[in-house]
Amino acid sequence: MNGIEFILAGMLAAATPFLLAALGELVVERAGVLNLGVEGLMAFGAVLAFIIVYHGGGHLLGFVAAGLGSAALSLVFAVIAIGFRANQVATGLAIGILGQGLSALFGKTYESLTVKGLPKLAFPWLSEIPIFGRLFIQDAVVWLSLAATFAIWAMFAHTKTGLVVRAIGENPKAAHAIGYSVIAVRFAAAAFGGAMAGFAGAYAAVVYTPLWADGMIAGRGWIAIALVVFGTWLTGRIFLGACLFGAVSLMGLAAQATGLDVPSQLLASLPYLVTIVVLGIISADRRLLKLNGVASLGEPFEH
Amino acid sequence: MSASFGAFLPTLVRRERGSLAATLLAPPIALAVATILNLGLYVLMGRDPAAVVYAMLLEPLLSWASFSEVLLKAGPLLLIAQGLAIGFRAKVFNIGAEGQFILGAIFASAIPVWFPQATGQWIWPVMLLLGAAGGALWASLTAFWRVRLNANEILVSLMLSLVAAQLLNYLLLGPWKDPNGFNFPQSVMFQYDAMVPLLIPGTRVNVSLLLTIVLSIAAWIFMQKSFIGYKLKVGGLAPRAAGYAGFNQGWAIWLCLLIGGCAAGLAGAAEVAGPLGQLQRSISTGYGYAAIIVAYLGGLHPIGIVFSALIMAALYIGGDNAMVSANLPIAAVRVFQGSLLAAYLIAVAFVRYRLEWRRLAYRSQA
Repeated sequence: MNGIEFILAGMLAAATPFLLAALGELVVERAGVLNLGVEGLMAFGAVLAFIIVYHGGGHLLGFVAAGLGSAALSLVFAVIAIGFRANQVATGLAIGILGQGLSALFGKTYESLTVKGLPKLAFPWLSEIPIFGRLFIQDAVVWLSLAATFAIWAMFAHTKTGLVVRAIGENPKAAHAIGYSVIAVRFAAAAFGGAMAGFAGAYAAVVYTPLWADGMIAGRGWIAIALVVFGTWLTGRIFLGACLFGAVSLMGLAAQATGLDVPSQLLASLPYLVTIVVLGIISADRRLLKLNGVASLGEPFEH
Repeated sequence: MSASFGAFLPTLVRRERGSLAATLLAPPIALAVATILNLGLYVLMGRDPAAVVYAMLLEPLLSWASFSEVLLKAGPLLLIAQGLAIGFRAKVFNIGAEGQFILGAIFASAIPVWFPQATGQWIWPVMLLLGAAGGALWASLTAFWRVRLNANEILVSLMLSLVAAQLLNYLLLGPWKDPNGFNFPQSVMFQYDAMVPLLIPGTRVNVSLLLTIVLSIAAWIFMQKSFIGYKLKVGGLAPRAAGYAGFNQGWAIWLCLLIGGCAAGLAGAAEVAGPLGQLQRSISTGYGYAAIIVAYLGGLHPIGIVFSALIMAALYIGGDNAMVSANLPIAAVRVFQGSLLAAYLIAVAFVRYRLEWRRLAYRSQA
């Protein structure tokens, strides 16, 4: 398998944790809330899923537990930041630290243990195309996360729910005045974002690299938040960004496999360095950020 | 308003003036709430809560030997938090102090690693200066990205922390590894003159604590008494008003990040030239992140931060005790830190708001 085939084969799977968490954060931010706790929410979901799968509960139950657990933790964020109108940056950091701490605490006795991943399912016909066919051999969660991407795009583009969420992010006062509950929608968005971060963590811990290690999320939650900015709050661009980061995180492995003499630490920092560079490039175009940005992002709502 | 029929909902009502009582009570109440919540968690985990309370909260304060360790731990937390708080007041969210700390430690280590035979009383002061410069340099990347490229400083500074951790690994596994160190990822032990002199005989507390106290006083004067500090605070409270008054936002971001970077870098240098005596992989144990909590818990006020740094340091030492005597994983400290900040953020809401029970009246008030 050459380098391109290697990256095509693994890119979508590597992109999935970024994608799921970023889609969740997209919905949260569209509702006007900045939740910086994604890294901790992912870690919490990851450990819950790992414990359940390790004890024979199966992947489905593992994902359900991760989704519910991280949604619950995200609701704690909502109570503090939306209910009590605390600084959203500080609250997100608190929840992030809490989630990472809880994951280390619960995962302590599972350190370095492994579970079985998920089988790959080939898309009929398409998977037989030479070279590119590899893109169509993926596990069930990758297929589902593609469906989720489409569903969230459709929600924002074509449904009233999407419109309400966007209105609340743009102008909460106006949305409140015409009778929508800003607080309730923001709580729901936070819970949804938490569940998606939980799924993302579960994917990392029980499918992508089915082993538990403290700190295994390794900044992916933060990159997911950056992806929302890269994607200028648009679903399709966030998907492309996630694929880019899937490919970047594989480039390290590919370079090592070909025997390239590069320090492994440099390869490990590649996703972070790429994040810094891309963030600079995208943000420098202020008009682009303003165009699709969320007007009330990070501001508490008081009526 | 006070009719007692129908559905009642708790509503936060803005106070006309912030409550001083709530300001002062928020940290101790948050500490009490976080303690109760965490004790509940330990009981669920099958631990004896009394043993944990003793090991975690009392033991660090009961003997001079362990209290001196609390002082030692409080030093870097205090220093970093003072630097970060200045930025937070100005709404510059540098959360990359961890990376700036690591770079400070690396820069300071350059002298003993490259010149292990050098002697003279100049070595440790120069190392501290180099450390501050290293931290400032790392922070200046974030400042450049923020001011020139408009990139979010939270994300950039955090990513740079992750890069710094890899840079440290690279040095310790590669060019800076001690050839006689049995393959451990650590540098050579520093020579005598590369160590900060001890302040209190019989403990590990060194002169850098004195420096930290002096810098805390400087932070207080800077934020409470100087015109620049005033400008930064106005910029944080009302950025538009600050803009109209001619206060340059880009300049404020540079200043805040450089101050934060210097403080964190200095703390990193003091750690390797102090209790550690060499560059190691585990130089930080999360000081850069814990200092964020210290800064908030201290109400972003230089004096409050002194107290919150002591509390957080005691928690670290207590966590080590609890690991030994109550069989509690050290991760429990992180959970405590996270819940402490969460509880504080709720408690501090009562500075600006008071809780009223109001009837559910949704549309009519709009």
